[in-house]
Amino acid sequence: MADATVGAGDGHLSVPALLHHNATRHGDKAAYREKEYGVWQNWTWAQTEKEVEALALGLINLGVNKGDFIAIIGRNRPYLYWAMVAAQSVGAVPVPLYQDAVAEEMAYVLDHCGARFVVAGDQEQVDKVLEIQDRLSNLEHMIYLDPRGMRKYDHSRLHEYSHVQEQGRAARDELTPELERRRSALGYDDTCVMLYTSGTTGKPKGVVLSNRNIIETAKASSEFDHLRAGDEVLAYLPMAWVGDFIFSIGQAYWTGFCVNCPESPDTMMTDLKEIGPTYYFAPPRIFETQLTSVMIRMEDAGKFKQWLFRHFMAHARKVGPAILDGKPVGIWDRFKYALGEVAIYGPLKNTLGFGRVRVGYTAGEAIGPEIFDFYRSLGINLKQLYGQTEASVFITQQPDGEVRSDTVGVPSPGVEIRIAENGEVFYRSAGTFVEYYKNPESTADTKDPEGWVATGDAGFIEEGSGHLRIIDRAKDVGQMADGRLFAPKYVENKLKFFPNILEAVVFGADRETCTAFINIDLTAVGNWAERNNIAYASYQELAGHPRVLETIQAHVEEVNASVAEDDMLSGCQIHRFLVLHKELDADDGELTRTRKVRRKIIAEKFDDLVTALYDGSDSIYTETEVTYEDGRKGKIRATLEIRDAKVVPTAGKAAA
Amino acid sequence: MTTTAPETTTTADGRTIGPVVMEMKNITLRFGGVAAITDISFDIREGEIRAIIGPNGAGKSSMLNVISGFYTPQEGEVWYKGAPRPPMKPYEVARQGIARTFQNIALFEGMTVLDNVMTGRLTHMHTPIWRQAIWKGRAEQEEIANREVCEKVIDFLEIQHIRKTPVARLPYGLKKRVELARALAAEPSLLLLDEPMAGMNVEEKEDMSRFILDVNDEFGTTIALIEHDMGVVMDLSDRVVVMDYGKKIGDGTPDEVRNNQDVIDAYLGVEH
Repeated sequence: MADATVGAGDGHLSVPALLHHNATRHGDKAAYREKEYGVWQNWTWAQTEKEVEALALGLINLGVNKGDFIAIIGRNRPYLYWAMVAAQSVGAVPVPLYQDAVAEEMAYVLDHCGARFVVAGDQEQVDKVLEIQDRLSNLEHMIYLDPRGMRKYDHSRLHEYSHVQEQGRAARDELTPELERRRSALGYDDTCVMLYTSGTTGKPKGVVLSNRNIIETAKASSEFDHLRAGDEVLAYLPMAWVGDFIFSIGQAYWTGFCVNCPESPDTMMTDLKEIGPTYYFAPPRIFETQLTSVMIRMEDAGKFKQWLFRHFMAHARKVGPAILDGKPVGIWDRFKYALGEVAIYGPLKNTLGFGRVRVGYTAGEAIGPEIFDFYRSLGINLKQLYGQTEASVFITQQPDGEVRSDTVGVPSPGVEIRIAENGEVFYRSAGTFVEYYKNPESTADTKDPEGWVATGDAGFIEEGSGHLRIIDRAKDVGQMADGRLFAPKYVENKLKFFPNILEAVVFGADRETCTAFINIDLTAVGNWAERNNIAYASYQELAGHPRVLETIQAHVEEVNASVAEDDMLSGCQIHRFLVLHKELDADDGELTRTRKVRRKIIAEKFDDLVTALYDGSDSIYTETEVTYEDGRKGKIRATLEIRDAKVVPTAGKAAA
Repeated sequence: MTTTAPETTTTADGRTIGPVVMEMKNITLRFGGVAAITDISFDIREGEIRAIIGPNGAGKSSMLNVISGFYTPQEGEVWYKGAPRPPMKPYEVARQGIARTFQNIALFEGMTVLDNVMTGRLTHMHTPIWRQAIWKGRAEQEEIANREVCEKVIDFLEIQHIRKTPVARLPYGLKKRVELARALAAEPSLLLLDEPMAGMNVEEKEDMSRFILDVNDEFGTTIALIEHDMGVVMDLSDRVVVMDYGKKIGDGTPDEVRNNQDVIDAYLGVEH
């Protein structure tokens, strides 16, 4: 076994080894918290080790062999994190799945990895697996966590989580030598976890990450941001996402900080406020939603408070980021900022749950500059990073003091970056994945023999600062019919920076002009409608309202003006657009589970609408199939208005 | 009417239906000259979901009020747990383990969800008022114990996110759920639901149905409910009493009731 006196990391070759290290080093410090029955329940590292051990013994008792795959499905709960570590302890490979995936999607993944065991959070997840079990020849046993509603199920292959632990404890004397043997056999190059990529194109791929990948990455990134044992994180992003695995397992076990799990998805914001994490991660969407809700609530505040808010926010925008970066700021400005901290910034940060954040990250999508600056001006150290599953997250990240909204930072420690001739970004690091499971062709396509991995994103390194800037998905960057550059994501992001626009899809590859689908943001537009006495009965009705279309048109024209300023991309101005009658949804296959647009599928599905955008018609009638949350299907019908947007002429440029 | 001997049966979905817990024996209830209920007899068995249905004005709510002890019938007897029940005050009924919800929500609008649910524990609070005023000590322990029960109910009905929200701010469907939570907090052995789905949309009805079934399944609570929505009643209930003009016109399993000619006539009308 690893010696606790050896410098951290060296000698700890697996997550279970790190767990033992933490139980020895900070045994009485909090490792996990979960709010249940209105109270934060607490587990120390020493207790965590006991819980994990009991489950691991129970798994051996159930017949888990080395190398088996154990699927884990459910919302973020300490018990499910323990299940992952218990699986590793017995030499099995944990495979976390997206809990909101429909049964069909689960069938593919469970069948592909040949999972023999499933650990499910509740009845809903058990039902989904039972629905598809006929197609899963390898599936043997299922363990469920929440016993509610499970009493009447056939328990020949179903086991309650706590019972598995009890059986494990009962068989401790008999099975401990076997557990010890398996745990000590874990090597640095053994598989730590397998994560399925969401796949903007095609079927999901199983990314195999080794202990080396996870532990080296956790070590380097923890040191980069000076994470330490007293830190707190809120684990609320899907467990199947690589980021959650790195933050809530990798870095948490490396540094020994505490992982807090919310009571339910609906209470996330309250729980965030109660915990006040010191290290926080959220996709741009969450920051947008929070900002929108702040602004909506400010509109309801009294005149004086509104004035106070506007006045101090203006001051914060002026000097806040500079103070945060430690740049010289005048004494009077500093004093005024301190006053603002007492009156506005402090209380606001507390309400948002960001009162204690030392390091915050956003990634996954581009974040709007105004949103980014808003949080930074409040004194929240929000930074950007760029990464992917295949890299164990980190490729580039922004060091303190060099934070900007338009770059994704410098290469993370231990990561090498190379830009190919076609602009695609390649990287190589200790975190680089082992392989795609059962898919050598894709592995070879993505990772060359020297270990360089293609990101699929086009970008460039900025002269002078050395920061990486991402333009778009390399696959999506194309040409228009007249040869001008077409970068849809660039335009979509500009559109999405408007609070009224939730999602946008731009078309234009190999065409004369660009057009767009737009999704309104129901919270923002709904609030606006309420203020302006506009009655609506449904999302569809609001999305089709003439005044909403006018607003969106104004946004599109503003984006056109801004796109026109860039000579290279001026061809991407949107000539015609329509506002979709339904929200793009992962259940309908239009978005990935991490909410990225699946361009090709959308173009195929709404083929009639795309045609209408280009044939000059003013409106189009359409029928769309939708999937409800319980898996049933239905149809919605709508007649959509198509609008022309003003474009800024860029004379002569096109011909070049 | 026959009084069947106590027996235990098991339903198709594996629930156990026990002996009779409550029996209505020839109940007649009059308001002045108006007979709201005429000579009605039926029983409720332990662990079952028993529905009372009927067209408007059939006397359903009056019947529920008789069961809950709010009305005392002029004729007939209510037998509860094997003995005739004397006329009693509502709080005495509550102490017997009977809890109810109301057709028109009767929550404390200005209080939070949690406080409302805590009021359901009133019959379980035994410390005298002066101790509660001092609070430290026994009253505190009691409150913690009661809070725990309430939190389990809140968890069960999935209303954690509105725990601290004043009830007045909630939409109708959630208020109904809070009312159910308050009734459950009393840990009743018999739960009376007065039109639990009235005014709900399809999704809210589905949620409420699931909660009613779950309550019955998880806690084994006996449930008597009044409901307009025939579809819901037929799916939920083990046995159904059908009333029309204050009289009982049908009693049996949903299938039996559905094929009963009198019931069909009452609901669809009949040519005279």
